[in-house]
Amino acid sequence: MRVMAQLAMVMNLDKCIGCHTCSVTCKQAWTNRSGVEYVWFNNVETRPGQGYPRRYEDQERWRGGWELNRRGRLKLRAGGRFRKLASIFANPVLPGIKDYYEPWTYEYRNLIDAPLGDDFPVAEPRSVLTGKPMKIEWSANWDDDLGGAPEHGDLDPMVERTRRRAAEKVRFEFEQTFMFYLPRICEHCLNPSCVASCPSGAMYKRTEDGIVLVDQDRCRGWRMCVTGCPYKKVYFNHRTGKAEKCTLCYPRLEVGLPTVCSETCVGRLRYLGVVLYDADRVLAAASTPAETDLYEAQLGVFLDPEDPGVRRAAEAAGIPYDWIEAARRSPVHALISRYRVALPLHPEYRTMPMVWYIPPLSPVVEALTETGFDGEDAGNLFGAIDALRIPLEYLAELFTAGDTGPVRASLEKLAAMRSHMRAVNLGGPPDDSAAAVGMTGREVEDMYRLLALAKYDERYVIPTAAVGDARALEESALPQDCSLDYEGGPGMGPPGVGTDGPVGADSGRRSLPLVSIENFHALRRRQTADTPGETATGEQGES
Amino acid sequence: MSTLWNVLPYVVIVLFLSGTAWRYRYDKFGWTTRSSQLYESRLLNIASPMFHYGILFVLAGHLVGLFIPDSWTSDLGVSEHTYHLLSLYTGTAAGALTVAGIALLIYRRRTTGAVFRATTANDKAMYLVLLGAIVLGMWAKLTHSTGDGYDYRETIAPWTRGVFTLQPDGAQMAGVPVTYQIHVLAGLALIALVPFTRLVHMLSAPVRYLFRPYIVYRSRDPKQLAARAARRGWEGAE
Repeated sequence: MRVMAQLAMVMNLDKCIGCHTCSVTCKQAWTNRSGVEYVWFNNVETRPGQGYPRRYEDQERWRGGWELNRRGRLKLRAGGRFRKLASIFANPVLPGIKDYYEPWTYEYRNLIDAPLGDDFPVAEPRSVLTGKPMKIEWSANWDDDLGGAPEHGDLDPMVERTRRRAAEKVRFEFEQTFMFYLPRICEHCLNPSCVASCPSGAMYKRTEDGIVLVDQDRCRGWRMCVTGCPYKKVYFNHRTGKAEKCTLCYPRLEVGLPTVCSETCVGRLRYLGVVLYDADRVLAAASTPAETDLYEAQLGVFLDPEDPGVRRAAEAAGIPYDWIEAARRSPVHALISRYRVALPLHPEYRTMPMVWYIPPLSPVVEALTETGFDGEDAGNLFGAIDALRIPLEYLAELFTAGDTGPVRASLEKLAAMRSHMRAVNLGGPPDDSAAAVGMTGREVEDMYRLLALAKYDERYVIPTAAVGDARALEESALPQDCSLDYEGGPGMGPPGVGTDGPVGADSGRRSLPLVSIENFHALRRRQTADTPGETATGEQGES
Repeated sequence: MSTLWNVLPYVVIVLFLSGTAWRYRYDKFGWTTRSSQLYESRLLNIASPMFHYGILFVLAGHLVGLFIPDSWTSDLGVSEHTYHLLSLYTGTAAGALTVAGIALLIYRRRTTGAVFRATTANDKAMYLVLLGAIVLGMWAKLTHSTGDGYDYRETIAPWTRGVFTLQPDGAQMAGVPVTYQIHVLAGLALIALVPFTRLVHMLSAPVRYLFRPYIVYRSRDPKQLAARAARRGWEGAE
């Protein structure tokens, strides 16, 4: 057993309202530069839909991820080492910019510079690649909210597969449509095919936290990683000629902060935490013959941090104590392994993805209530899951390689949770819905707390890379409290926010981090302010 | 004149080596193929392999021609005429492939808006020298193709080997036809340009990919908290 730690994410799709706040904040933080205009480390897709880049799930065409060869051993779908080097001069299966979308801006200057005339000046769209006027024909979210679904809906590769298996379950007539949102980031896989595809060895998986990164100084722009990733979450910066990808906001995680997409998620649907796994079992699990067994196989790779043997092995493997403790409290471990409600995205790519999803149940309850039945009664709900408006088969194509069993089990647990909690809240006798899905009432209530209340520090259990500790140590050298600073005391301030003390903004107790709070603007404001009050407000604005 | 042929190769070698070292230290981030495949892939998928495989054959031909002495091949029983025909046909085939490839690549670069916009002045200068060296080489070879052709293995090859054994004999280049001399000069210019243009990507041919494990793991350097090493003078106090 070789224990390794991985920072992983779970997203609760029931809560996603498709507002794209995660995408926008991520873009502002990481890809608001030239060369990556078309790049969205985080994007939100409407399903059914083609996704971004278009039809990226069609691996017959894009050849991402791994497959088994005739002897049952893993090989890169796009070809092994020799094939890669032979086709290094022109990657035959690289998505072009048109498969994403051609980025553009507008000729805003025309709005103020246009000469006087009869017509209102307009801001014409300009391609940022050619600088020429262009016709906008596609973008990252062109089919958002099923826009154009009657025309493009059939192009969703998962719709095609669902129809092949389950006849006409997916329809795009207005009365029969369904949709849900699927936010996607890099999966930070346990068996990353992008890393395996990189000829330069510039891509790597960090041993401490399993984050997959591109070494910008070693990337030579061979573009094999873009093909290798079946989720198409490695992008080519056309300005620098290097690959770039989601970093799971490692600079934030290292100091104990959640990723930007998690932090800003309006629906609070993202969970971050540590998962312990056995690195020795990854290869065997990824080589599982049947695609539908890959979900169970990946569960078998994860280790239970409550097992003292695992904890000892983890300690022997050099995993810090606070990481092991974080693994025990990890919401991700709970949702994936303990409650088994989260499912991996496309396990059939055999990359062992580590961003998992809780499938959406909400429309069922709504639909049931509308028909006059009790939408939260367990019996009604269980029966309705098979007749879901979102076909189980479609969800199964996304999360379990087509096996509806695990998806149904997960949805049933979510349904049982609603039923059980209703009984608890109404003070009635607890019904047997928890037992029907193999859980105890206590477990269901814990799951409810994690999913419905979703407190900040329960959603994000992130051990730091000790950088945070270093800062705390640094600050402990300075006084945390002034002993005179109590109500009516000589320090005159109730301990708390915005107390400036008698000598100015920088004396006495400060509730914010003490180190590095002074800056040029704060100093200048204090020196030029007319009244101390102005300084205080200015300071608050600054901090 | 022979002094030029004695000194120039060493100037080029110094420029190449020191330039490469400088580029590696100063501009690791810029050390890339700067691929334009994202913009246009239909022409590139044909032209780029044509050019690259062609130029690799051309390179191999040059290495054989310049570094394998005349005596070795005649010991193997290859007559001068056979060798000439062999080098003429394979060389011309590889050269034609290369020229067709680069012509198509330049056409693509000029006509595809996004690719042209991403072309720097440095790229244009590089293309000029690269295309010049190739065309001049073809020119020299094809204008001396009759009979046994020009036997460069008596003059240019020993001079090249002399450069590497530190016994340069520039006098050997005196009788070489002017077309060949110009081709050699263009070739030297190209070698000197390698570290300073996008041609550096040839130095990072990923041969090690064949031998490394598929999945690469790396640890954070405990002494290096930021993503890049601290610059000189900015290291942590310890």
